[in-house]
Amino acid sequence: MLKRLFTLTPAMVLGILALGFMLGGTALAETVEMRSKPWQLWFQNPMSPVAEQVYDFNVFLLWIEGIITLFVLGIMTYICIKFNAKANPVPSKTTHNTLLEVVWTGLPILILVVIAVPSLKLLYYADKTTDPEMTIKVIGNQWFWTYEYPDHGDMTFDSFIVPDDELKPGQPRLLTVDNPVYLPANTNIRILQSSNDVIHNWAVPSLALKMDNTPGRVNETWTHINAPGDYYGMCSELCGVNHGFMPIHIKALPKAEFAAWVAKAKKKFASNGNKEDNDSPVRVADATAAK
Amino acid sequence: MANAADAHHDEHDHHMPGFFTRWFCSTNHKDIGTLYIIVSFIAAIVGGAMSWYIRLELAEPGIQYIDDFQFYNVLVTAHGFLMVFFVVMPAMIGGFGNWFVPLMIGAPDMAFPRMNNISFWLLAAGLVLLVLSTIIGDGPGTGWTVYPPLASADFHPGPSVDFGILALHLAGASSILGAINFIVTIFNMRAPGMTIHRMPLFVWAILITAFLLLLALPVLAGALTMLLTDRNFGTAFFIPGEGGDPVLWQHLFWFFGHPEVYIIIIPAFGIISEVVSTFSKKPVFGYLGMAYAMSAIGVVGFVVWAHHMFTIGFTADTRAYFTAATMVIAVPTGVKIFSWLATMWGGSIKFEVPMLYAFGFIFLFVVGGVTGITLANSSADVVFHDTYFVVAHFHYVMAIAAVLAMFSGYFYWVGKMIGRQYPRGLAKLQFWVFFIGVNVTFFPQHFSGFAGMPRRIPDYPAPYEGWNYVSSVGALITAIGTLLFFIVVWRTFSGPKVADNEWGEGATTLEWTIASPAPWHTHEVMPDMTGKAPAE
Repeated sequence: MLKRLFTLTPAMVLGILALGFMLGGTALAETVEMRSKPWQLWFQNPMSPVAEQVYDFNVFLLWIEGIITLFVLGIMTYICIKFNAKANPVPSKTTHNTLLEVVWTGLPILILVVIAVPSLKLLYYADKTTDPEMTIKVIGNQWFWTYEYPDHGDMTFDSFIVPDDELKPGQPRLLTVDNPVYLPANTNIRILQSSNDVIHNWAVPSLALKMDNTPGRVNETWTHINAPGDYYGMCSELCGVNHGFMPIHIKALPKAEFAAWVAKAKKKFASNGNKEDNDSPVRVADATAAK
Repeated sequence: MANAADAHHDEHDHHMPGFFTRWFCSTNHKDIGTLYIIVSFIAAIVGGAMSWYIRLELAEPGIQYIDDFQFYNVLVTAHGFLMVFFVVMPAMIGGFGNWFVPLMIGAPDMAFPRMNNISFWLLAAGLVLLVLSTIIGDGPGTGWTVYPPLASADFHPGPSVDFGILALHLAGASSILGAINFIVTIFNMRAPGMTIHRMPLFVWAILITAFLLLLALPVLAGALTMLLTDRNFGTAFFIPGEGGDPVLWQHLFWFFGHPEVYIIIIPAFGIISEVVSTFSKKPVFGYLGMAYAMSAIGVVGFVVWAHHMFTIGFTADTRAYFTAATMVIAVPTGVKIFSWLATMWGGSIKFEVPMLYAFGFIFLFVVGGVTGITLANSSADVVFHDTYFVVAHFHYVMAIAAVLAMFSGYFYWVGKMIGRQYPRGLAKLQFWVFFIGVNVTFFPQHFSGFAGMPRRIPDYPAPYEGWNYVSSVGALITAIGTLLFFIVVWRTFSGPKVADNEWGEGATTLEWTIASPAPWHTHEVMPDMTGKAPAE
């Protein structure tokens, strides 16, 4: 908790006033619900090893950026007070200072090297998992997600947004889907992504997941969800008319509960295994009409 | 030396043509510059109106005004196209560049006056095609990045995207011709003694921009042609099912697209350098460093394009390279910021309206610049890619910064262009309203980005409402600031006449040695600048 408090400070550097919004009480709860909160100023809590490091690295960057911004602002303020026409009627004619010019070229290079080292380390760490315990396939469609479980009998299902008039109390608008993607918590999960039509992007902020679903390609990423709970995200690549309406809902379960869900789901989605291929592209005109 | 009244006389046996010949068949760099500024003004009204409509819709969650989401995407797309290709570029390069590059280097006109004319009219035709593309069919709901397969015929049937492609083709051809014109003019038509290392920094900026245009736009033209043949003639460059690759488009587009953002901001650097030096009554600090920092930004700008594509599924090695290369840009941009501050340091600063805008520019550019460090790092970018954080970043560093530089240039040079004094008090008020407006609009978008709100969505989950509402209020303030600008412009035409050098001893470049307003023909005898050129 101390660390979390500490990380608020760069937010204040950026001119953020209120403190209370971030500590949403998620860290201690049994299961978590990871989505944005009203007037949120800061990241959603990081809930995977990669997300934690991305979070810490971003905090580190924001410190540097905040200090640079304040430094330049400070100089500008000083200039306005000290070197306005009234205070300083006779301008100097200095146009060179070799030492100064070397310093303001060299110092930024040093700062960038200091940034680059942790940045690249994190980049390689976040890239792929070496020992995946299971694989999930995420396939983008206009405008829903298809999830496949190749390690669990190849079951597959689609995940559509729940329209406003069918929402049950407590279900968040524009984030609720009919079939959430169930994943086990505390498990190394390999994620393979592709698309059936245009480019989509499967993104979950609290897990620092964001990868394009590109037709004709399979992209790989991974995650390890720290705690059971509900994790929400939205499509993050413009994919047509209903781009804003294909949310992502991960339901992370303890491993045993996940196994129980798999047993049930295998029956529920059994018919989907050899379903008709209905992936022909949806045209703009059709989509508009269908809406 | 000619005075203002002579501008309308037939001095030196030059016959002033009639209205049609003068404005439609113009070969005069000042008239063409004026035409560019007028087109930019019109496009800015349309593009601005689109952005205010977008903010109106986004003020609250739920669907208020735009129930056709394709239309929302078209608004987002057209706003981007208009602002980039038909507002900032025409005003900075076509407008101020045409007007002041010949004046500043002591040339009588551009090297190729007729090419200058076709350059302008290609742009005007491009604007017509772009407007048509949004009216005909469903409109291009592709974003200004036009990524296939969304932009291919399967997902955008109908002529809209084709009209958009042809609009960009014309705008691109216009820019390439303009770039050739500037390069030839600057290389060959400088007054004696005006060596490359004595040119005003604005001329340096336009020269570097012209090279960027010349190298980047043919790549866009090639990519657009491939997309056009994919859509209409059965090729499959970008169609995955037929052996093509959508990612190829992204490489080609961003190979153009990243230099494009420097094409927008480098002329702004030039304007700000002139303004800061003039109103500090000091020569630019580290002139050579400034010039070569811009050149370095231009060169490095060509090898960083894939930082726009960090989530495309690159290998970590590729992202490592583009992370490192992108961060290198922070060095020359830092040199520029510090040199501006050092130019002001020890100066005797007059806070005229152009200088206020220069301060505003530097502030926005620094805030947008530092968030750029976050986005340059692939590992940090992953939480921000395609969120409102990116929208905030590029509006700060590139879009609104460029607009402030345009305002700065406008107030700096309007006396030279029309010979009248803008209403000072009203213009200062306009600055403050506009500056506060854009900050209230875009700063909260950082918070929306932190919280994970994606870009380009017409509706959003309820928790994002707070900062979106603030942002929309900011857009309203900005709209008031824009209306005030119209009034300022209107009142300028009936303002008092200005002196030839209205800014006094700080204004040392050649345009201040001629009459205000600048006569139709200037520098008919090349000024001899041997030993006299101000810089360095």
